[in-house]
Amino acid sequence: MAKITLQNLKHSYLSDPVGTDDYALKQIDAIWEDGSAYALLGPSGCGKTTLLNIISGLLTPSEGQVLFDDQDVTHTPTTERQIAQIFQFPVVYDTMSVFDNLAFPLRNRGVAEDIVKARVKEVANMLDLENSLKQRAAGLTADGKQKISLGRGLVREDVNVIMFDEPLTVIDPHLKWQLRSKLKELHQKIARTMIYVTHDQTEALTFADHVVVMYDGKVVQVGTPVDLFERPAHTFVGHFIGSPGMNILPCELSEGASYFAGNRLLINCSKLPENGSKNLELGVRPEFVEFDEDGFPVEIVKVDDLGRHQIVVARHENNIIKMIVGEGEPIPSENPRISFSPEHTRLYKNSWVVD
Amino acid sequence: MNFKKWLLPTVYILFLMLPIYWLLNMSFKTTNEILGGFSLYPENFTLENYIVIFTDPTWYNGYINSLIYVAMNTVISVSVALPAAYAFSRYRFLGDKHLFFWLLTNRMAPPAVFALPFFQLYSAVELFDTHLAVALAHCLFNIPLAVWILEGFMSGVPKELDETAFLDGYSFPRFFIRIFIPTIAAGIGVAMFFAFMYSWVELLLAKTLTSVAAKPIAATMTRTASTAGYQLGLLAAAGSLTIIPGAFVIYFVRNYIAKGFAMGRV
Amino acid sequence: MSKTTNQKAWILVIPVIVLVAFNALIPLMTVVNYSVQETFGSNVFFWEGIKWFEEVLNSSRFHESFLRQIFFTGTILAIEIPLGIAVALSMPKKGPWVSVCLVLMALPLLIPWNVVGAMWNIFALPDIGLLGRMINGIGIDYNFTQQPVAAWMTTIAMDVWHWTSLVVLLAYAGLCSIPDAYYQAAKIDGASAWAVFWHIQLPKMKRVLTIAILLRFMDSFMIYTEPFVLTGGGPGNTTTFLSIDLVKIALGQFDLGPAAAMSLIYFFIVLLVCWIFYTLMMRDEAE
Repeated sequence: MAKITLQNLKHSYLSDPVGTDDYALKQIDAIWEDGSAYALLGPSGCGKTTLLNIISGLLTPSEGQVLFDDQDVTHTPTTERQIAQIFQFPVVYDTMSVFDNLAFPLRNRGVAEDIVKARVKEVANMLDLENSLKQRAAGLTADGKQKISLGRGLVREDVNVIMFDEPLTVIDPHLKWQLRSKLKELHQKIARTMIYVTHDQTEALTFADHVVVMYDGKVVQVGTPVDLFERPAHTFVGHFIGSPGMNILPCELSEGASYFAGNRLLINCSKLPENGSKNLELGVRPEFVEFDEDGFPVEIVKVDDLGRHQIVVARHENNIIKMIVGEGEPIPSENPRISFSPEHTRLYKNSWVVD
Repeated sequence: MNFKKWLLPTVYILFLMLPIYWLLNMSFKTTNEILGGFSLYPENFTLENYIVIFTDPTWYNGYINSLIYVAMNTVISVSVALPAAYAFSRYRFLGDKHLFFWLLTNRMAPPAVFALPFFQLYSAVELFDTHLAVALAHCLFNIPLAVWILEGFMSGVPKELDETAFLDGYSFPRFFIRIFIPTIAAGIGVAMFFAFMYSWVELLLAKTLTSVAAKPIAATMTRTASTAGYQLGLLAAAGSLTIIPGAFVIYFVRNYIAKGFAMGRV
Repeated sequence: MSKTTNQKAWILVIPVIVLVAFNALIPLMTVVNYSVQETFGSNVFFWEGIKWFEEVLNSSRFHESFLRQIFFTGTILAIEIPLGIAVALSMPKKGPWVSVCLVLMALPLLIPWNVVGAMWNIFALPDIGLLGRMINGIGIDYNFTQQPVAAWMTTIAMDVWHWTSLVVLLAYAGLCSIPDAYYQAAKIDGASAWAVFWHIQLPKMKRVLTIAILLRFMDSFMIYTEPFVLTGGGPGNTTTFLSIDLVKIALGQFDLGPAAAMSLIYFFIVLLVCWIFYTLMMRDEAE
């Protein structure tokens, strides 16, 4: 087990990359504490799998280092890194029984057969596979096969980290939920570092202690689910997490105050940038927008009733603002006015938050 | 490690190229030089052998004849195999499994067994010495193979494609031509490649079923050994030229083949 | 995939049946006809029953060519299948060299069979052939037109040259269809190169290899043109395989009865072996 540090990582699949666009990973610095459960969240194609493969050693980064407990392993082959990785699509060895599949990583490392037996049994118990140990792995369903893949990751006791690369993609929805809580439970039981790659925010937020959000080859924020919700460090995080995502609105500064479309607003920002700065935006989550007679006027475009709450889509000049209103709360029909909660309204410069 | 990986394919390809090189080498030599001694390359480089082939109709007609019946066979084999393969891949019907096996058995029939009866059959229907006769005869082994290959590809296409098209109001023929055939284009490419290959390389039946008018190049070549004496240079040149159509076909279908192989049955 | 029962599907199969039946059934009936009759020419036939079958099955000539055939087929399978797999395994997976390799390797497959025979004849001749010269040059007395062993070796080398690429292409296709994740998982599981071959590559190639073995078995059992052009079945009868023997009897000596009986026996042997293969393959797939 180890703390994993990524320093200055850059990776390109091209042999001689020119501009930043040629890089799949643009600049990654991150520390993964020992024993925590991380989720690596981001849209498809943002470099999540590349990052994972660099940690596991399937890829060697173009630049930068990977450290396991301060020891440089950047060029250490996969087998010597003691890591486990579970892939998007189940990988099972068709010719072997379930038992032999689970025993395979141990046997390859020359573990004594009685220990192999004990470990396989334990893992099979955790995953409810005890009854199919003698079956041929080829005959199992997709989720059975993925359980075997999981089992092969869990069977070794000496791994530094277990990494999951969107492991529930091929699993039926109701089994998905079951397997996910199983994983969570396993993490609590064995306290191994886990990194869980996904593009599904619910999956990430329910599984992890810490969520690492990636966007366009960069890590944009690392934080607890609450951090990500309350203080998105980047407009992408605000937009990507939450349903609906954060409202991102144009902003101007003058005389030490912030203005949105000519309306002066109070915001949560202790050190405003200079007057006349460019590329400024305001971010406020729909949860923190409310009807207020002292606010600025809007026109209501549409109301979606989702049962637990209603999503109101409003317009001020050319800006669309979404707000969440509790179930049954009245929606003013004449001259609606709204305001943002100053505590939760953030200022972004060049897409990054300004504190 | 890298060197070791390259070694085997390189040696293998060299092994494949050597006899071909030798054939080319011979084709650029005069008969006297061939019989006169041993040399690794033609010392008196000559195109004489090729000129003979391109100016003598009995030679170049051989190529034309071969290409005609091969093209006919490829078209016939693949176009009748398409609907049949569709039936085998989509439907269960009385005797389907036996029928499929019976088709495959014809792929197994040794042409030597059929040479004489074929001669009698095609003489009886008055097709002897026509391109059509050879094209039809080659169907014996090319149709089963085409059905087999295409069935593999079609089974890989989800049935939902057909069902959606029928729901959208497509008639069967329109669906088959407009939607299904483009979907399995790679499979058709592979099937045509194999049909071409087996028809182009076969000699026994082609020779049995023709005498003058449709005589294939391969049969013309056997003549050099007997009637015109042993003209090795001419034989080598004719042989070298038979490699060209095959090389063309491989070059054009190479991507299809790799892709087609990967998704299909063959 | 689940198939629906639909008897109308027969309509789609009819063109194939008509064409194949025309080519298969009528000549087959002719052969059966000959196999039970005696003729002295001019279309006069006498019923002979199973006499020809007994004669062929008991003749040492048939036994010999049959044994030669088995030995030949066994040898080329034992060389071509492992060699084909080995070449496929060491081929590059992507890049411009893939096309180059595929095109060059497929070349022998598209050369007419008699050209293959002629080419090898010229290549192996001891006086003017490159191969013959080389072998004699290193001090081995080699002349395939006179030495049975040399004739055998040359015939086998020719078949390996001609057909190994088919195995390579099929095995390579099988290898290409293995997702990268399998190799990555194997690395993470600490599998050796041998374990990767044995537990991943070979099982995934099983299907295409079955086809390769089946095709090579059928085609080598029917082989006629190439050895006929190369050695003419000689020296003596040493490379006279079943098809060559058959043509010698039928066209050379015009013994239609025994030739037809032999044809049928020969066809049934191929059929039997292929049926066993086919059943095994289907059972495996159903599993």
